[in-house]
Amino acid sequence: MPDLLIELFSEEIPARMQPRAREDLKTLVTDGLVEAGLTYAHAKAFSTPRRLTLAIEGLSAESPTLKEERKGPKADAPAQAIEGFLRSTGLTRDQLEEREDKKGKTLFAVVTKPGRPAPEIVAEVLDRVIRAFPWPKAMRWGAGSLRWVRPLHSILCILTTEAGTEVVPMAVDGIAAGNTTRGHRFMAPGDIRVSSFDDYVAKLKAAKVILDPAEREAAIWHEATTQAFAQGLEVVEDRGLLTEVAGLVEWPVVLMGAIGEDFLGLPPEVLQTSMKEHQKFFSVRNPKTGRIEKFITVANRETADHGATILHGNGKVLRARLSDARFFWDNDLRTVHAIGLKGMAEGLKAVTFHNKLGSQYERIERIAALAAEIAPIVGAEPDEADLAARVVKADLQSAMVGEFPELQGTMGGYYARAAGLPEPVANACKAHYQPLGPSDDVPSEPVSVAVALADKIDTLVQFWWIGELPTGSKDPFALRRAALGVVRLILANATRATLTQLVENAIWRPLAAFDDNYGSILAVGPVKTSSNDSEMVSGAQYRTYRHIRSPQSLTEVCLMEGEVEIGLYPEDLKGFRGDEYLDFYKHVRLGFRDPNAIPPDLLSFFHDRLKVYLRDQGIRHDVIDACLAMPGNDDLTLLVKRAEALAAFLATDDGTNLLQGFKRANNILTQAEEKDGVEYSFGADPKFAEDDSERALFAALDGAEAAIAPAMAAEDFPAAMAAMAALRAPIDAFFEAVQVNSPNEIVRRNRLNLLSRIRTICLQVADLTKLEG
Amino acid sequence: MAAKDGSPRSFQEIILRLQSYWASKGCAVLQPYDMEVGAGTFHPATTLRSLGTRPWAAAYVQPSRRPTDGRYGENPNRLQHYYQYQVLIKPSPPDLQDLYLGSLDAIGIDTSLHDIRFVEDDWESPTLGAWGLGWEVWCDGMEVSQFTYFQQVGGHDCHPVSGELTYGLERLAMYVLGIDHVMDMPFNDPDAPIALSYGDIFRQTEQEYSRWNFDQADTAMLLKHFEDAEAECDRILTAAQPDKAGRNIVMAHPAYDQCIKASHLFNLLDARGVISVTERQAYIGRVRALAKRCADAFVTTEAGGGQPAGQAA
Repeated sequence: MPDLLIELFSEEIPARMQPRAREDLKTLVTDGLVEAGLTYAHAKAFSTPRRLTLAIEGLSAESPTLKEERKGPKADAPAQAIEGFLRSTGLTRDQLEEREDKKGKTLFAVVTKPGRPAPEIVAEVLDRVIRAFPWPKAMRWGAGSLRWVRPLHSILCILTTEAGTEVVPMAVDGIAAGNTTRGHRFMAPGDIRVSSFDDYVAKLKAAKVILDPAEREAAIWHEATTQAFAQGLEVVEDRGLLTEVAGLVEWPVVLMGAIGEDFLGLPPEVLQTSMKEHQKFFSVRNPKTGRIEKFITVANRETADHGATILHGNGKVLRARLSDARFFWDNDLRTVHAIGLKGMAEGLKAVTFHNKLGSQYERIERIAALAAEIAPIVGAEPDEADLAARVVKADLQSAMVGEFPELQGTMGGYYARAAGLPEPVANACKAHYQPLGPSDDVPSEPVSVAVALADKIDTLVQFWWIGELPTGSKDPFALRRAALGVVRLILANATRATLTQLVENAIWRPLAAFDDNYGSILAVGPVKTSSNDSEMVSGAQYRTYRHIRSPQSLTEVCLMEGEVEIGLYPEDLKGFRGDEYLDFYKHVRLGFRDPNAIPPDLLSFFHDRLKVYLRDQGIRHDVIDACLAMPGNDDLTLLVKRAEALAAFLATDDGTNLLQGFKRANNILTQAEEKDGVEYSFGADPKFAEDDSERALFAALDGAEAAIAPAMAAEDFPAAMAAMAALRAPIDAFFEAVQVNSPNEIVRRNRLNLLSRIRTICLQVADLTKLEG
Repeated sequence: MAAKDGSPRSFQEIILRLQSYWASKGCAVLQPYDMEVGAGTFHPATTLRSLGTRPWAAAYVQPSRRPTDGRYGENPNRLQHYYQYQVLIKPSPPDLQDLYLGSLDAIGIDTSLHDIRFVEDDWESPTLGAWGLGWEVWCDGMEVSQFTYFQQVGGHDCHPVSGELTYGLERLAMYVLGIDHVMDMPFNDPDAPIALSYGDIFRQTEQEYSRWNFDQADTAMLLKHFEDAEAECDRILTAAQPDKAGRNIVMAHPAYDQCIKASHLFNLLDARGVISVTERQAYIGRVRALAKRCADAFVTTEAGGGQPAGQAA
């Protein structure tokens, strides 16, 4: 069985593209080989900045010979039909077989597809893979037409067996495959002749190239931590950076240098971000002080001076970069001391958040009001939440965040402390953005929770209002993430918020404020063209508006028939309605939907996120549906409490059996109700009971009702369900002993009303009809 | 002139060495274009000559102006007027990376002691409707050049592809000469009877232009000039063919001059802070439209690989 080695040698491949390219090369080549009938034992792909390599072990030497049998026309079919069959099979008449079947003699063709040698198949597959390789961005070069990530210089493609090595004969766009490659660009630039994968790896290493990126990563990390450890320091771990750096070098040489004394006062996050973003340096921390004191850079070569020149040059660039950072830091601190963080946030008036939704500053005002409303629910002081909301985004105006956007929030925290703001406010600067993803921490400090919730709810409400909803894989404003954030914030902090109310207020408050500030809320009709008999210029386009004056509640801000959108006009219109040419509407912020549709819409979006979240926690979707159908479903904490209790209950025998009993009762009752056209919901009387089991069920229901009511009032779902579980035996016994549809109509009705009591009691806890099984 | 170890000692020596290096590699050493441009790429020797099928190899210094980068001569690295060294070879030769590394050697960067890296950096010029793939070249963590394979210019696919090298001369020279502030850099031989530093030559102009760029340039006039250049570009390109002597001459270069003008006027307006974020895109779009039309015109000319000049279609 031969081994196959492929190397595509090019100019420097971007580090970020290498991992994916390795996978693609492996999958595309092996799939192609298998499709052509070859098998292989093992395949692995590698990359360095200049090469993409695939090693396949145990490839079959040729594809198998295949026999294909095809049924043709009858032996006595018209000549035309037979000729057609001969053409399609490429055979002659005497090569066909005649076989007897029920209907007579039928012609059969047996076509043999001979196996093909591996080199031929490899050449074909590789040619195809190179020409259609899925690089995120590819280019042409010189006068050729081939596309590759950067100019492709050579192709190494050999098959190795015990008998020897064979170059696969192929050429792509004038680049012929061979058995040579090259070593390190500077340290060993000569050609290398290769006979097998092992030979290739060994010769590359001798030529100062480590082929395997994992080996380079390990070498870098080992050397970096060793050098740091020797000085009592530690390297700040950064997997992404390690992978990137390993993709930038063929022969990693780790060099550690000191950060100038005058920069050590900068926040560690600033040092780390600046060094990583601009120079791909690792940060080295002093574990005793927590300060970042050194950097590690990874060079691509050894030098006679052991890296002294390289380290000196890198240190110099670092100084220039950190001088910039310190300039930003000093400048920002000066601004904060002069005008405070609130003053810095004033600058956000000039920053557009979204053309329909106004400036960042308007957004902050809304968030502040919402945060103050949420504060008492989460145990924060409304004033402190309001203050926090007004400063947490101020750092978007800082020079440092302008340079390093990823430091938003982090810098705010530093600047808030510098401004002498309370610690909870400073903490909220970073925490209010959280949780940023499904695995990010959820804030727990009340002020942070209030602002984090307000920020996310406002974003959701506003984008919902203008109809910018996520669709499919597109979610440009990260609304799914925001909704999941709300869900996790509420659940992690056991917050008892009535979401619908918060959402309504979040829309109503800015609308009311807009109206109070002499703005005009308009309900606007579609574009029309004026006719001869109107007061407008004939043939001109116009729209009708209705001025919703001084609305007292959100329900008044609605669209009526013939109106298509809500618009916000920044000035006070005197009249109640009017027609205006289109020019007028250029001054109106248009595109808002009927706000009354938002709360229910958004609630079901929250519920969708919650379902996904709970499913990941192992709670079945039908259990969630059973709880979603209950009142108070916009209180997610209550909802989850109920769902967890129900899931636990259903995991017990009592639970599953009771569910069966409930379903049986419910089915009989529903059928009877449908048949009789009445609802049996009242007046079951023990005096009509005929059987002991029936009387026992009455007693059990009395007992359960007495226990469930206070448990439900206390939201003690486990207790309520335990009380329900006590019904299991009496219900089972009842169905065992009694025929509900008694011929005696009074008895039958009494029993149906009894079943109705079961249904009522059980449905108090959750909508069990939604449960499966 | 050179130091004992052979390394250069002045800004101009680095320029001279690049000139003679690229001359020795067969490039036509051109002179700067006589108009205000934001980068060496704007020189028609790059923008227009990267279009069409005719081979090309040119190298030149291009004074470049970026009004928003002015710092009154106080910032050690930032200037509103600086020099770029530009090389354009079409089709890009297979050994362009090695040729480039040779040029570093020529100006005294010993590649056996330094860490030279090609780090992904895709180039795009929204004003020229151009893009390419390549790298920024790092020397010990410092960006010393841009290296780009042009894929599209003025909306036209490049066929064949040009390889473009751009050296930021001040930054590169400061690195080679070990200078921390650009104004301290020796311009001519530091041992010359009249030794001149970069600051001797440019400190005052940086101050003057910074003031003009940021505070004084007459924005109403600039705006009008922008519109004039735009209109003239259009007029030049739509001029009737043939001319009165019966010749068909497409005026791609005069039209492109107007595009260059519009681009620089936009940069000045930007520095004066009179262009809002939303208007910005619109202005860039207008310049790009000019660049695209100039490119369309150029590819119909002889130099652009189209019809030979003066012949009727």
